[in-house]
Amino acid sequence: MKSYEVMVIGAGVVGSAVARELSRYQLRICVLEKELDVACGNSSRNTGMLHAGFTYKPGSLKAECAVEGNQEFDQVAGELGVPFKRTGKLVVGFTDHDRENILKYKAIGEENGVKGMRMIDKEEISRIDPNAGGEFAMFVPSSGILDPMQYTIALAENACQNGVEFQFGQRVVNIRRADQAGQVRYLVETETDTFETKWVINCAGMYASEISEMLGYPNYPTKGFKGEYYVLDKKAGAFLSIPVYPAPNDKGGFSTHATPTIDGNVLVGPDSYLTEGREDYVVTKEHMDGLFADGQKMFKQMRREYFIRNFAGIRWKRYDPDTGSILDFKLESDDAHPNTVNLVGIESPGVTCALPLARRAAARLVEKEQPRKNPSFDPVRPVKKRFNEMSHEEQAQAVARDPLYGEIVCRCETVTRAEILAAIHNPLGGHTVTGIKNRTRATMGRCQGGYCETRITEMIEEELGLKPEQVRFGRKDSYLFTGRVREAEQDLKRSCEG
Amino acid sequence: MKQVDVVIIGGGPAGLAAAIQLYQKGVTNILILEREKKLGGILRQCIHDGFGLTRFGETLSGPEYASRFVRQVEELKIPYLTDTTVLELTRERMVYASSAVHGFLEIQAKAVVLAMGCRERTRGAISIPGTRPSGVYTAGVAQAYINLKNKMVGKEVIILGSGDIGMIMARRMTLEGAHVQGVFEIQPYPSGLPRNIEQCLHDYQIPLYLSHSVTEIKGTDRLESVVISQVDEHLNPIPGTEKEYPCDTLILSVGLIPENELTWMAGAREDQGTKGAAVDEFYQTTVPGIFAAGNVLHVHDLVDFVSLEAERLADGAARFVQEGDLPGSGLKVQGDGMVGQLVPTRFSGQEDVTVSFRVRRPVKNCTIMICQGEKTVKQVKRAKALPAEMIQIPLRAADLKQEGDLEVKVVW
Repeated sequence: MKSYEVMVIGAGVVGSAVARELSRYQLRICVLEKELDVACGNSSRNTGMLHAGFTYKPGSLKAECAVEGNQEFDQVAGELGVPFKRTGKLVVGFTDHDRENILKYKAIGEENGVKGMRMIDKEEISRIDPNAGGEFAMFVPSSGILDPMQYTIALAENACQNGVEFQFGQRVVNIRRADQAGQVRYLVETETDTFETKWVINCAGMYASEISEMLGYPNYPTKGFKGEYYVLDKKAGAFLSIPVYPAPNDKGGFSTHATPTIDGNVLVGPDSYLTEGREDYVVTKEHMDGLFADGQKMFKQMRREYFIRNFAGIRWKRYDPDTGSILDFKLESDDAHPNTVNLVGIESPGVTCALPLARRAAARLVEKEQPRKNPSFDPVRPVKKRFNEMSHEEQAQAVARDPLYGEIVCRCETVTRAEILAAIHNPLGGHTVTGIKNRTRATMGRCQGGYCETRITEMIEEELGLKPEQVRFGRKDSYLFTGRVREAEQDLKRSCEG
Repeated sequence: MKQVDVVIIGGGPAGLAAAIQLYQKGVTNILILEREKKLGGILRQCIHDGFGLTRFGETLSGPEYASRFVRQVEELKIPYLTDTTVLELTRERMVYASSAVHGFLEIQAKAVVLAMGCRERTRGAISIPGTRPSGVYTAGVAQAYINLKNKMVGKEVIILGSGDIGMIMARRMTLEGAHVQGVFEIQPYPSGLPRNIEQCLHDYQIPLYLSHSVTEIKGTDRLESVVISQVDEHLNPIPGTEKEYPCDTLILSVGLIPENELTWMAGAREDQGTKGAAVDEFYQTTVPGIFAAGNVLHVHDLVDFVSLEAERLADGAARFVQEGDLPGSGLKVQGDGMVGQLVPTRFSGQEDVTVSFRVRRPVKNCTIMICQGEKTVKQVKRAKALPAEMIQIPLRAADLKQEGDLEVKVVW
């Protein structure tokens, strides 16, 4: 039986951040993830906003962590090599009621410590972005955009680089308390294995309530607020430089908005509706039609020819069953449940709050265990500049140094063979087509893998010695091939491809 | 920096035909750039026959058709580089390309021939609702896996869209032991060629359902089923007609889009009808010295027409290189409501013009009229015209004037 000092359950952005923060100490840490890679749940199904923190209740953990996470992010992005841009955000209004709501949240933001928010007129809106609508707006300079998949991968890789182990395809089905010689000990059972650990940290995202119950905490009621998105072509991205949000409604929620992504696409969405299914990522005609109609109001270039893809994400919010009201993030640990930290109801702005939450979770352990610092901890994840971000001169140098940079595998996103190889051999060991997409952007462009997917699957097979039927698209049983078409493959390959 | 007279981007049927014709016109300082390991383009994976009837008067497989041109390129010793992807094309005809074999390349060309072909429309482009399991392939990707990569994509198959590749894949999957439940087409008429309906569907008892579409994709890991609905005359699903088909594979043959990233980079103007570059009768884009032909210009039905078009392009491009200029094409070509994907959109009135287009819906016993001002330049009768088929009408310079736009009309 494998034994650890700390088990983190869930390799989303929060679990990865907790692992990274704990890797500052000399601890045997393992992250258990039910999927085949990090960032497979809602960590990859969101808008990629670094939120400023002006809509959250003053004094709440959400508000505190959002502001903290926002302010430190330039440094974090620098250390971890995460694509990030502090674009600012426009919250635009048309009516007096819009103005009232905007001012209400401006006051809340100021109380939360959000800096630099100011009301601007139509003229200044058009100076900031001529394609933004609105009669007036609140400009929030601290908002930003980032790639949430890259961020989660970066946190996990940095944790890994500092000694944390990741185990994929391990769904936790039971946790038992089994103290030994007066020492707190937990047995964490998955579908296939049992692990022994001193500490358990629940970062299970949408399944956090189930894990909470396994640890002896309440099975906190949560409600799923699902939102659907359209991803638009980079051609549409040329028209939008800053996230443009409509004035918040009376409850502080935003209806459909248009957000540029850090890579130059545009996201339109999310809308919001309740769902029962934990992983109900189905996109529906009804909501696609709604996004198309609402999206056109916020972003004039919402055109069908720009559609690349749809996706959905779910914010699993904790709520009070008596009043129905939405509750704050839960971060708890107590003597009745020794050596555990329970994180439940972590939803939006979870990406912004991940590291502040992780530090708070880690502090509970550190306070009790007083672990020694990890002398070799390095907060910096080394990253290479992407080929498609290089100047022609830099590209020429890269190809001269390593010819594999010369082979363009993904045409739409200009991803080279060298970069795909690095992604296949990533330190975490995930190697699905989706994992390579999240690391390199290959298959993410307008042809959606039409050109590169055949090449990528072949590289996965060759590099890892897999049979075609062993290659996975994303999830455990997401096989792409049923096998070979015919025998004598080597001969055929020679004659077909030279 | 390398300097050549003509860079040809793409070594598929259009690029190869253009190269050979240029060479024969005396323009020999040319360079074909091809991103794949071998010349031939998409024909390499089209192992079925039916190619070449118009161009060669016999039926060939895709690789056979391509090899006729490749052999000629080899014999003429026309320079080409494979494994080379063009990254950027400028208005000044600077070409930046990258290759693991040949390194990073900077090439200044007097003229550039765009011959990049087209790509397939995807699930995302047509917004099919549902989950995102594996097992959803575009027809061309499935074809590449089976014919080039020796990998079988699935066993229980639904095909959405009656494009030619979809129907060809229906037959191909059947031959490889898969069960194809049917081909479903959203339009009330098939979008592929009649001969493919006969040879790929009827001969194999594969049903074709018109006015049907996939309205939901189900399955969390691998595709488990699709829901198919009938659609009304506005192509909207009719509630109550949903039927669920268990399957592990969905193949999409829902249209092709000219692959014009480099074209727009160079600043050429797009034609909204074809989604390719707006060109004149020399196949010159709005950027002087940059030409386009084949599927990058407008999606063709037959490769033979791609080759013929590229050869006509080469005549103009050769003149551009040798004379430094081409006659100005200030006159417009316009179509009526029945005319789609019209090429060219401008002409000079001094040269022969080949007008090509597709009808927007099937019509019987129609007359195609091409008029310049009051004058009827050409009139062609057709027993039927289908959107699946490209119509080409050659016009002679002698019949054209140097004033007045051309009108293309379909009357019946």
